[in-house]
Amino acid sequence: MTLPAGTDAVRQSLASFRQERETDWKAFEALLSRVEKRAPRTLSEDELLALPLLYRSALSSLSVARATSLDSALIAYLEALSLRGYFYLYGARRGLRQRVGDFFLRDWPAAIRDLWRETWVSVTLTVVGAIAGYWLVASDKRWFDAIIAPSLAGGRNPDSSAQVLRSVLYDGGSSHFLSGFAAYLFTHNTQVAILAFALGFAFAVPSVLIILMNGCMLGALFQVYAAKGLGFELGGWLSIHGTTELFAIALAGAAGMRIGTRIAFPGELTRMAAAAQAGRVAATAMVGVMVMLLFAGLLEGIGRQTITSDATRYAIGGGMLALWIAYFYLFRMVRHGHG
Amino acid sequence: MATARNPAALIRPLITPEGVDLRVKLADAGTRASAFLLDVVIIVAAAVAVTLVVIFGLGGLGVKEAEPLFIVWIIFIFLLRNVYFIAFEAGRRAATPGKRIVGVRVASRSGAGLTIDQVIARNLMREIEVFLPLSIIAARGGAGVADTLSTIFGLVWALLFSLFLLFNRDRLRIGDLLAGTWVVETPKFKLVEDLSQRKDPVAKRFHFSPAQLDAYGIAELHKLEEVLHRDDYFAMKAVAETIGHKIGAKIEPIDSRAFLTAYYGDLRAHLERKLLLGNRKADKHAR
Repeated sequence: MTLPAGTDAVRQSLASFRQERETDWKAFEALLSRVEKRAPRTLSEDELLALPLLYRSALSSLSVARATSLDSALIAYLEALSLRGYFYLYGARRGLRQRVGDFFLRDWPAAIRDLWRETWVSVTLTVVGAIAGYWLVASDKRWFDAIIAPSLAGGRNPDSSAQVLRSVLYDGGSSHFLSGFAAYLFTHNTQVAILAFALGFAFAVPSVLIILMNGCMLGALFQVYAAKGLGFELGGWLSIHGTTELFAIALAGAAGMRIGTRIAFPGELTRMAAAAQAGRVAATAMVGVMVMLLFAGLLEGIGRQTITSDATRYAIGGGMLALWIAYFYLFRMVRHGHG
Repeated sequence: MATARNPAALIRPLITPEGVDLRVKLADAGTRASAFLLDVVIIVAAAVAVTLVVIFGLGGLGVKEAEPLFIVWIIFIFLLRNVYFIAFEAGRRAATPGKRIVGVRVASRSGAGLTIDQVIARNLMREIEVFLPLSIIAARGGAGVADTLSTIFGLVWALLFSLFLLFNRDRLRIGDLLAGTWVVETPKFKLVEDLSQRKDPVAKRFHFSPAQLDAYGIAELHKLEEVLHRDDYFAMKAVAETIGHKIGAKIEPIDSRAFLTAYYGDLRAHLERKLLLGNRKADKHAR
């Protein structure tokens, strides 16, 4: 042999390194493929305990291979295997049921509480928009068509007679369980809420405009009814689901504003970190908003056409609002009191 | 594009709690686009299938009885568009079917576990990135009022957002930026044979002197490994000729595979020995 001494010894020891560890890698790979497809519940106790051990063994093999071996296919295999194991073991720490529980018990109300300042701004903007809408339609009724799209107005406009307007409020009529129109309104409202949130990153300007516009529509509709002396009745018709729905849309706007203002004024964090932080709080709030809109849709579909007494309508609307506020802002104190 | 020229530009450190750097590779723009298109195809196909079922349902039943079906349809389409991405990415594999097919997944930029609020944030932003401008164009087109200006505006908007990931180092969408996530490759490699252990009867004939083995470094060794794995006759013949010319050996074309296997085995053992003694010879120019 013309080669320097020890070359064959190195080759031998690297070959035995692979031979000895290979069964571990294969076992880890097989176990990973199984847990990625099915729930960890299907594993036996031994396999469950073996998983982190095999993961660490793969990682240590990777370190050894990187330092001593020049087989790039082997290193690529170990890198991919370790990465898969890392994502599995450090990825989802909690089960789905626990996550859902945490969301309703803690994450959702905490996110809404965190947004309290933006929520006040958003509610104020809705009120300002409503006053502006009322005033605009009062000054010139042609504004009504400009503010409310005909598809959402349901055939109502300033020229409708008091009779027509009243019939919309009380006509149980077909009394379907959940009319197609209500389902359409739910998806429409959710889309508005998502937009109010997602457009917030443009320094919150579009969110503010959407919330203002939403208030405007409310004010315009109210003016049409108030002019015919039906203001109180419309209030009942709206509030049965409207307290939930308007609150939800205001919260969506607040979530959008949080993102926009945090990007504009990141404070001590970098702009990227501030945006990521605000995005996560706002996203949690947004899922809650969708749950609220679903509730609103159900109330609208079931309650609005079947319950025609004004007092009951106001009671349900006010009750829902009180429920939401208690859940978001008072629930924590109750829990602390017990715990 | 930087990606095409230098693949190393997309590799980021990922230090596990055990202290090993796993060096994740970010998915490039083309992979992201194809994953998204696959998902769109799946969504559209599902929507069309369900719509057909609903239409036949409406045809069979009267209008009155069909209404619940209609409501289910509205809600299903809504869910498909908004929940599809969230539900799949919140799952164990953190990838939609499209992403799974092209072999990528969503991961948290901080290296910690991906949380559900991150998944929600990155996917709600998709609403303004893609669906909003397209649905505006579609709605206006359907109403017959799509003028050139608004169509161009919608397309420019959509392009601006979908090309956003080309303008930053980490290939982030706006949604990734707000959620603190990125999309990484999760390749699956099979454990292939160790070439230096390959038993080739002809290869035993070849012997190399230390001077012949000093001709190349690690970079060339890895290229040689690639060629041997590919096992293409003409490529191996060309490489064998080049190496033979450089180290002064004469090889018959029929023996190129055996020669390369022998040279690879000896070169690797030679370089691994050097590595063990503290000399990582990066390429043929290094000493």
